[in-house]
Amino acid sequence: MHTSHSNIRLRIIKDRLFLALVVLLSFAMIVPLLLIIFHIVKNGIGVINWEFLTALPRPMGETGGGIANALAGTMMLIVLASLIAIPLGVLAGIYLAEQKTGRIASGVRLCMEVLQGIPSIVIGIVAYAWVVISMGTFSALSGSVALAIMMLPVIVRSTEETLRLVPDILREASLALGVSYARTVLKIIVPSGLTGILTGILLAIARITGETAPLLFTAFGNPYMSLNVLKPVDSLPLMIFNYATSPYPEWHAKAWGAALVLVVFVMGMNFTAKVIAKRWKVQF
Amino acid sequence: MIKVSFDSIFKTVLKAVGVLMLLLLAGIFVTLVIDSLPAMKAAGFAFFTGTTWDPVFKEYGSLVFLVGTLLTSFLALAISLPFSLAIAIFLGEYFRSGLVSSFLKSAIELMAGIPSVIFGMWGLFVLVPLVRQVEMQFGVAPYGIGILTASLILAVMIIPYSASISSDVVNLVPADLKEAALSLGATRYEMIKKVVLPSARSGIFAGVLLSLGRAIGETMAVTMVIGNANILPTSIFSPANTMASIIANEFAEATDAVYISCLIEVGLLLMMVTLVISMIGRYIMHRMKI
Amino acid sequence: MKKALLTVIALVAALAAAMLPGARAEAKELLGAGATFPFPYYSKLFDTYNQEKGVKVNYQAIGSGGGIQQLKAKTVDFGGTDDFMKDKEMAEAGAPILHIPTCLGAVVITYNVPGDPAIKLTPSLIVDIFLGRIEKWNDKRILDVNPGAQLPDMNIATVHRSDGSGTTAIFSDYLSTVSAEWKERVGAGKSLNWPNGLGAKGNPGVAGLVKQVPGAIGYVELIYAVQNKMPYADVKNKSGVFIKPSMKSVTAAAGVAIPDDTRVSIVNTAAKDGYPISGFTWLVFYKEQNYAGRSKEKATDLANLMGWILHEGQQLAEGLDYAPLPAEAVKKAEAILKSATYDGASIVQ
Repeated sequence: MHTSHSNIRLRIIKDRLFLALVVLLSFAMIVPLLLIIFHIVKNGIGVINWEFLTALPRPMGETGGGIANALAGTMMLIVLASLIAIPLGVLAGIYLAEQKTGRIASGVRLCMEVLQGIPSIVIGIVAYAWVVISMGTFSALSGSVALAIMMLPVIVRSTEETLRLVPDILREASLALGVSYARTVLKIIVPSGLTGILTGILLAIARITGETAPLLFTAFGNPYMSLNVLKPVDSLPLMIFNYATSPYPEWHAKAWGAALVLVVFVMGMNFTAKVIAKRWKVQF
Repeated sequence: MIKVSFDSIFKTVLKAVGVLMLLLLAGIFVTLVIDSLPAMKAAGFAFFTGTTWDPVFKEYGSLVFLVGTLLTSFLALAISLPFSLAIAIFLGEYFRSGLVSSFLKSAIELMAGIPSVIFGMWGLFVLVPLVRQVEMQFGVAPYGIGILTASLILAVMIIPYSASISSDVVNLVPADLKEAALSLGATRYEMIKKVVLPSARSGIFAGVLLSLGRAIGETMAVTMVIGNANILPTSIFSPANTMASIIANEFAEATDAVYISCLIEVGLLLMMVTLVISMIGRYIMHRMKI
Repeated sequence: MKKALLTVIALVAALAAAMLPGARAEAKELLGAGATFPFPYYSKLFDTYNQEKGVKVNYQAIGSGGGIQQLKAKTVDFGGTDDFMKDKEMAEAGAPILHIPTCLGAVVITYNVPGDPAIKLTPSLIVDIFLGRIEKWNDKRILDVNPGAQLPDMNIATVHRSDGSGTTAIFSDYLSTVSAEWKERVGAGKSLNWPNGLGAKGNPGVAGLVKQVPGAIGYVELIYAVQNKMPYADVKNKSGVFIKPSMKSVTAAAGVAIPDDTRVSIVNTAAKDGYPISGFTWLVFYKEQNYAGRSKEKATDLANLMGWILHEGQQLAEGLDYAPLPAEAVKKAEAILKSATYDGASIVQ
């Protein structure tokens, strides 16, 4: 009797220990996160001031200057990539939602999954071959094409998933009233899924904002303010990469500042996406 | 004049966009293959087996990078696995909802959102000095950068992915199975060990594969801390190079056609490796309907 | 909801319109890429040029290999390289290419040893260190050359370039000149098959890594060591004298006959007070500027920039520890610049 009693106790102890281990390991993951955020804020906050956000970089080794060119470049890359990816992505998403079966549709679905898995550096090579070589110059456009390719799978998938949730009753009601198919999709189905689509778009933007690898040989970098899509531009992640790997403490400080700006922006995007998804979720 | 209805235009446009997506992927693939042809011709099969990457004497063997990539990725996986499993059990079994779980979930989402260049920078300035101290203890060359550092950074980066997929899977384990185990007198730990993990095994495996695919393709964070040495690593402290980081380092500056082509072939190889791994992962997930 | 969306769309459209080329007055721009070796100089040079002439020169320091490659790919207006293009590379470029030298610099051996002791190196020590045969800082061979130096029992970590680099080319050109073994095992070039060590991108990357890793040794252009207050070694030259790299010792090394196309290597100089790992750095561009739809205006801008660098620009070199061009090099470069054409007609009179 005694043995089985201690056996039970042992099992209970094991159970408790396991729970403790699970809790410990789960929260251990938060340590690096907190450290990263702590370091970015600690090293970045002192750098950020009006000049940092609005001035152009100074020549190497000189003090002062800012990241205005990279901020503008990043914005431009995002806007341009969105202009390419959103229409295509949403349309492809609608197509998949409407075309539940069929060879092309399942091909497109597979294709999006494949696209999602392609490493960003490889997409950079492709954008270099397609845009940079054929246009004869590095440009914001080539960077945006690379980023747009990375946005597509996210937008397509979220659009398809959202639109599939729209109940058939809505469509049937509309069609029964004599509304044409195209109008039904555009005026009834898409608007009811708008929040989901918007969430997907924001997540896609958050995904590409911090991308560096595909920009190395497309957007290329530019120390001046440039708003021309056919010219090279700088971007925050590129600048962080260049500054962080340099030997200049001055530039390290700038890299931390730029990192803080970038993280705040990306998290803002993610947060907005979440809020939109929660607040304006249309319940059927 | 034939009147084309708006409906048919609309349907055509939708279909055209769908086809365009197919063409896009095909185009990416064809571009990489065509641009790799000179390399395939010049280096042949030795490209996959050679361990010397020597642009001066024009010898291009990419095995070093394949080894570097697989080593860092699998090491990262090994490091991250206990943590992501713990999170999966935490969120999927112990604390399915409530304040603690939504806190942990937010932390995971936050982590997934941090750009890789920032992980790289943090690694370079914070993790590298720490690893260096460890290396001093072990009496190996205190570079601080190398495979171990890259793997640690990668591990931190992939935990959110494997954890969120695995916790979904753990969540899906049917309640009656678990209740049956509990009603037979099993403790929760025994129930998790004997029921939950075995039935969630393939889904967890899928999550692991997907995060592995991500680790393999990761470029910036790795480039910044791996040491960029084109040699076969001799220990986990050695500097190395991965397929993605060699492209990031050398693509814009490769000077002759075969050299560039070889880098593109590395890109093609990288894409194929990630695709095979993530496709297996997705196939398993589809079968499980996650 | 709808309103918010409309506002977003309007904003995006406005931004997009602002970005369209032609929507605003086109500022004059030139795009260059290449060597990181002279980048601090170029960075100052182009900043000054923009202020004085209103021409924005975007120079991306991606490495000399990149400069030549991107010029050949016709994605940049000019390239920068510290390793003059070999005849074979010139032939591959499809059309004649001109080299305009811009300044001289030194590749210095910089290191990170606690206490920053002054160190002298002989060519054979450099070879042995970078081949991995000397593994500790307190190795007898190093101490023999540096009697009395406080060198710790510490592993040496060599740092080299991971990208195609003219700095590497000058460095390996030198080592191949002084060591037959180096020439055979590693050779000279912009990208090498390094037997060991760590790789970093660009001169800034190497300097950054050496600074980060205790016990590290690497090679960078002089200014990177100076600006970062990193110690650098005196190197024994051909005449057997240990020379501190400086503007003066680099200028001394450049006292050689300069060929008409200025493509000359000055490593392992015979000059008694010359620093042996010195080199010119060049900007390279196509001789015939009417290619790939380039405008005459762009060609003129480019030629003007080159002319300015050869004269006014030279004054900026010294402030950044680069040696200005010798008079003979400037004269030869002027002649080269005059040979540049647009549609067969000379651009600069």
